[in-house]
Amino acid sequence: MSVMAHPEPQQLAPANRVSLRQTLYDTLIMAQRGLLKIRRSPEQLLDVTLQPIIFTLLFTFIFGGAVAGNVAAYLPLVIPGILVQSVLTGSSTTGTQLREDMDKGVFDRFRTLPMARIAPLAGALTADIVRYLVAITITMLTGAVLGWRPGGGVIGVTGAVLLLVACAWALSWIFAYLGVISRSASGVQGISVLVLFPLTFLSNAFVPVDTLPDWLQRFVAINPVTHLINALRDLLGQGTFGQEGLLALAGAACLVAIMAPLTVRVYKTRV
Amino acid sequence: MSLSQPCAVQAHGLVKAFAGKRAVDGIDLEVDAGTIYGVLGPNGAGKTTTLRMLSTLLRPDAGTASIFGHDVVREAQTVRGLIGVTGQDASVDEALSAEENLYIFSRLHGMGHAAARQRTRELLAEFGLSDAAKRPVKHFSGGMRRRLDLAASLISRPPLIFLDEPTTGLDPRTRTQMWDTIRTLVAAGSTVLLTTQYLDEADQLAGRIGVIDRGRLVAEGTPDQLKDTVGARTLQITVTDRSQVARARATIARLLGVEPALSPEQSELSAPLTDTSLVTDLLIALRTQGIEIGSLAVQKPTLDDVFLTLTGHNPAEESAEDEDLAA
Repeated sequence: MSVMAHPEPQQLAPANRVSLRQTLYDTLIMAQRGLLKIRRSPEQLLDVTLQPIIFTLLFTFIFGGAVAGNVAAYLPLVIPGILVQSVLTGSSTTGTQLREDMDKGVFDRFRTLPMARIAPLAGALTADIVRYLVAITITMLTGAVLGWRPGGGVIGVTGAVLLLVACAWALSWIFAYLGVISRSASGVQGISVLVLFPLTFLSNAFVPVDTLPDWLQRFVAINPVTHLINALRDLLGQGTFGQEGLLALAGAACLVAIMAPLTVRVYKTRV
Repeated sequence: MSLSQPCAVQAHGLVKAFAGKRAVDGIDLEVDAGTIYGVLGPNGAGKTTTLRMLSTLLRPDAGTASIFGHDVVREAQTVRGLIGVTGQDASVDEALSAEENLYIFSRLHGMGHAAARQRTRELLAEFGLSDAAKRPVKHFSGGMRRRLDLAASLISRPPLIFLDEPTTGLDPRTRTQMWDTIRTLVAAGSTVLLTTQYLDEADQLAGRIGVIDRGRLVAEGTPDQLKDTVGARTLQITVTDRSQVARARATIARLLGVEPALSPEQSELSAPLTDTSLVTDLLIALRTQGIEIGSLAVQKPTLDDVFLTLTGHNPAEESAEDEDLAA
C-alpha cells in the first residue's frame, strides 16, 4: 500500500441532529444504491416482468367470458385489478430483499455513518419504484396487445401510474416492517403472501362485488385496494379523478404515517 | 474531563448482556488521542461487543462512554461523524463494485457528486484497488475486501478509527501491509482502537493494551508492562515419565523461583523465564536427579501465557464455551 496523504483529522464536532433536507438527500442516495443493485442483477426484476404477463393472460381468458360475457368487455374491469395485483406483489418483495440486505455487513456501516436513520429503509423502498414502473408498463402493454384501449387517454394513464406508484410505495412500508421484524427472508415471504392474498382477492379486482356474500361485501367495501381499483377504473376509463382516488391517497398517507415511524423504531433497536 | 483535550475514548462501567449472560461486564477504557490502543482477548471475551457499543451500534445496558467528549448514546449522530468503523465481516455491498461502494458511502458522508468521485479515486489508488475498481466485491479476495472496508472507513478522514480484528484471516504479507497502513493513519494524527487475538499484533502496533476476559478488563498497560507480568520468555518442558512430574516441578520452582504451571494433559510444565542462562542449571539439575525430558522449548510469551498468568485459565476453554453460546 502506498503512503497515504492523510490530512489532520477534523476538529469541529458535527451536529447531533439530521435535518429534513439531509434525510431526503440520504434517501435519494440510498435509492441510487438500490438502482445500482438492480442494474448489477437484473434478474431481480423477474417477478415484475413475467408475472404481470401471465396473470393478465390467465385472468382475461379464464374469467373474461364468465364475468363480463367476453374478453373485450372484461379488459377495462380486469386491467386495473391486475395492475394493483402486480404492483402489490412487487412491493411485497421489498420486505424479503430488505431482510436479505440487513443480514449483510453493509447495514452495520450504514448504522455507523452520520446519515438519516430512515434513509436505508426509505431509499430501498424508493428504488423499488422502478419495479412498479416495470410491472405497470408490462401489464398495460399486455392489455393493449389483447385489445385494451384506455378511454382516459394520456392524462388518465399518467394519473393512474402516479396513483399506483404512490399507493404501492405506501404499502411497501408494511412489507418493510415485516422485513425488519422477521428473522429470515423466507419467513418474510411467507407472511407477505398471507397479507397479499386477502388484500387483492377480497376486493373488486377480478369479480363484481354484488356476486359476493354480504359479510364479504362489507370487507371489500373497507378494503383500501377496492378504492384504489375504483379510482384506477375512473382514471383509465374516463380520465376522471374523484372521491375514490382521494380515499386511496388518504389511505396511503395514513399507512406511511403509521408504518414508517414504527418500522424505523424497530430498525433502530434491533441488532 | 477537560474540554480542551478530551480523551478519544472514555468508557466507565460498560455493561451489555445477551439473553441474561453478560458479554461485557463493567469495562473501563481510556484512550488518548493520537495513539493506538489494542484490546486483546480470545474469541467471545467481549471485544466486539465493547467496540460495537463505542461505535454506536449497540446501546449499553449500563455505564457510559464518550468519544472526544461526546456521549455515544445521547450524541450518537455527532459520534458517528467522528469515527470510522471496520468490522470483522466486511461491511461493504457485495453486489456492487469497489468504486460504486466508495462512491455511495462518500455521498452518504455528505459529499457532492464531484467530490465523491474524487475521494473514491484517491482511496482506490491508496489501497491498491484501482485495477479492481469496476469488479463486483463478491469476486474479491479476503485481503482486497478488508482493504476496501478500511478505505470505506476512512472516507471522511475520521479522527478515531475502530478496527475489529483487522488482520484475522489475512496472509502474513497482507497482514504486514495492514500494519503499515494503521501506523500511517496514526502518524497522520488519527487515533486507532483495534481489537485482536494476537499479542504479537498488539505488541507491534499498540501503545497501550487492555486485556479482556469474560467481559472484564483483567489487565491494562504498555506492551512491556504486560509482558513483564508474564515473564519475558516461557520455558516449556515435557517429562517422559509422568511419575516424575512432581519432582521436576519442585526442581523448576527451586531454580527459577516460580511455581511452573502444569498443562491439562499433566505432562507439560511451563514457567516464565527471566534469565535464559538458568536453563543450563536446570537441565543439569534434572539430569542429576535422573528425570528424563521428552522435549524442551523456550518461547516468547503468547496470548495463552498472558491469559494463563492473568486469569488462571486457558483462553481455549473460554472460546469453546462461547461458541456454544453463539450457536
